[in-house]
Amino acid sequence: MTETLLDLRGLTKAYPGVIANSDVSFRIGVGEVHALLGENGAGKSTLVKMIYGLVKPDAGQMTLRGAPYAPAEPRAARADGIAMVFQHFSLFEALTVAENVALGMEKPPKLRDLARRIREVSETYGLPLDPERVVGDLSAGERQRVEIIRCLLQDPKLLIMDEPTSVLTPQEVDILFQTLRKLAAEGTSILYISHKLEEIRALCDTATILRLGRVVGTCTPRETTARAMAEMMVGTTLKTPTPRDHALGNVALFVTGLSVASPGAFGTSLKNIQLMLRQGEVMGIGGVAGNGQDELLGALSGEIRSAPDAIRLAGQPVGHLGPNQRRALGLLAAPEERLGHAAAPDMSLTENALLTGAVRKGLERRGFLDWAKARSFAEDIIRTFDVRTPGPGNAARSLSGGNLQKFVIGREVLQAPKVLVVNQPTWGVDAAAAAAIRQALLDLAAEGAAVLVISQDLDELMEIAGQFAALNEGRLSDIRQTAGLSIDEIGLMMGGAHGMEVAHV
Amino acid sequence: MDLSSINPVLLLSALIVASTPILLAALGELVVEKAGVLNLGVEGMMILGAICGFAVAVETGNPVIGFLGGAAGGAALSLIFAFLTQYLLSNQVATGLALTLFGLGLSAMIGQGYSGIQAPRTADIDFGPLADIPFIGPVFFTHDWVVYASLFLVVAVWYALTRTRAGLILRAVGENHDAAHALGYKVVRVRMLAIAFGGACAGLGGAYLSLVRVPQWTEGMTAGAGWIALAIVVFGAWKPGRVLLGAYLFGGISVLQLNLQAAGVKVPVEFLSMSPYVITILVLVIISADRSRVALNAPASLGRSFHASS
Repeated sequence: MTETLLDLRGLTKAYPGVIANSDVSFRIGVGEVHALLGENGAGKSTLVKMIYGLVKPDAGQMTLRGAPYAPAEPRAARADGIAMVFQHFSLFEALTVAENVALGMEKPPKLRDLARRIREVSETYGLPLDPERVVGDLSAGERQRVEIIRCLLQDPKLLIMDEPTSVLTPQEVDILFQTLRKLAAEGTSILYISHKLEEIRALCDTATILRLGRVVGTCTPRETTARAMAEMMVGTTLKTPTPRDHALGNVALFVTGLSVASPGAFGTSLKNIQLMLRQGEVMGIGGVAGNGQDELLGALSGEIRSAPDAIRLAGQPVGHLGPNQRRALGLLAAPEERLGHAAAPDMSLTENALLTGAVRKGLERRGFLDWAKARSFAEDIIRTFDVRTPGPGNAARSLSGGNLQKFVIGREVLQAPKVLVVNQPTWGVDAAAAAAIRQALLDLAAEGAAVLVISQDLDELMEIAGQFAALNEGRLSDIRQTAGLSIDEIGLMMGGAHGMEVAHV
Repeated sequence: MDLSSINPVLLLSALIVASTPILLAALGELVVEKAGVLNLGVEGMMILGAICGFAVAVETGNPVIGFLGGAAGGAALSLIFAFLTQYLLSNQVATGLALTLFGLGLSAMIGQGYSGIQAPRTADIDFGPLADIPFIGPVFFTHDWVVYASLFLVVAVWYALTRTRAGLILRAVGENHDAAHALGYKVVRVRMLAIAFGGACAGLGGAYLSLVRVPQWTEGMTAGAGWIALAIVVFGAWKPGRVLLGAYLFGGISVLQLNLQAAGVKVPVEFLSMSPYVITILVLVIISADRSRVALNAPASLGRSFHASS
């Protein structure tokens, strides 16, 4: 290994009820791209917050270039040459690019000089950016450039990147990786946090794997398979979902010329969506977040009404019907946002089961609720989908993300839908639960239902979907067979490298 | 009806005096809201400023110390709000409303011995020959120092918000407090300072009412000036220049409608009385009609509590 830049020894941090990090030790070399790998809740974010001075460790030491390092606040960390690109952008939408950059610097030059330097650096690293533009108008990829340039202007020795690719198209990921390799070649160390294994294999020199706050392994990603790393992350062997062979049936869902305006001020309107889904088929809809995914789910579930003929369920026009009428006909949906959209956070699981299950499971009679039946339906979901909770009386909010997601998906699957639409079914869910959810969707299709999966996780779509299309600015691309589809083609379907054309709004 | 009884010079001169309290309070609230805090207690801070300023001026015999007392009173009341909302994370809307009620009650109690007394006079600044220029002289150069200070404050607030690093940090805190915290800025400290500044401005505005505009102490004398200041900030799209415009428009129409009433215009008094509110809001709404530009100006974290736990 090369010269050590940052040495972590025995870092421990506990929050009430949770040990976020326990005795974490590893080293980052000069010019090394070091991956920090782990599932949600494995303690990655807490660890980098300690390095960046946002959180103080309870125990353990850090050494930077041989000298003790204990930043009291991010300012101190920045002064020592540590910069961070956050997972959720730490940008100010109403301010310009230059103002945003100035806020992240200790001693910013005058705005005019700063604008010049932003232009210089952005050209050097192939990240075109106009310092005068307001951040609110930029695409996700461009916003990330703002963050990266903010870091680069401080000439960092260590650049921390927390899940930087979750909002990028494959082409944008390529550009980012080229930049990072260039930086590493110039001697900047990079701490790269992700749970996307293929990316880590493509980019990183070393990987440290965290599980439940502890270091469970170190490996050289280029020489380790993605599967082996995933199993270190999860701690058990993973079952890959297996599709069962089955024939496709009649047309279950037919959407034609579906155009609806977004109900939200910053939403994306759907433009002339066209798709056909047959019984037993799983179709994946990819695309970068905010390109009409929520609106598509809303239009299909009945939250947003459209012309009757725009959506046909087994030949019957349903575009004008509301969610309950569509449920009665067998069109069910599970939206992305678990707390607040798919489930009411402060209501019990029984009540939540009732909310969507009342129509198809006969849980109400003449306006009166059948609590006994609702409770047994909730218990059925909990048992069938292995939802870890003390019982159906618990509030939805008390469940972990993965468990609540299993409940939400299970609730719809057990209502025996003819067509099921899900948005981001495994977002923020641990690998084991994600595998279970994917398997459930495949089983549902094998039993003859049509399944539409909207997701930003391309690996997931490639794994379970037979057909693939991408949403880009409210338009749906052509529908293609997933077998034989290359990642480049998918990227172009998603809109290519956003913002490479400078006037992109 | 005799419209010739309305003297435009006196009208314009009175307009400036009538507008100054609202302008001061609105400028303070603008800074508070730009930092992401919604303080609905402007009315309460103004009236406490009015009685504190009046009482201090009467006791010391010095109106300048009186104005300082008014600003201190408003700032002190705002710090109660600041402590409750920033450290105890209470709801800003409810706390602000409570602050107004508290301010009204507290000022009535303090003011019991001060009804019917004359305050020491605040002299107009002597501009010498400038005041003798026809029309312009009497309109612009016959006022007291607070009027000029309030106009200076408009420029100062604009400059500080748009051209200085402190202003940039303040706007950043109001725009996205989580991001500002992640970058290492002290969100709570910035907001405490902004709230205290807003309180001092509101107190100063209140003191101007009781020491110059009226000049006497009567219970509830702010009569909704704090609320109109709040509205002017929002409808003025958080821009100091438009806040100045809104305040002067409101003050101008208030004075004009009083003159019209005196002149015996055949319009029901109720309509004349409501006209300043209606016209001010209408004009500012029309100016700010481009919703997307306004949305960009509105501080995105406005009214949200911040806690550094996540």
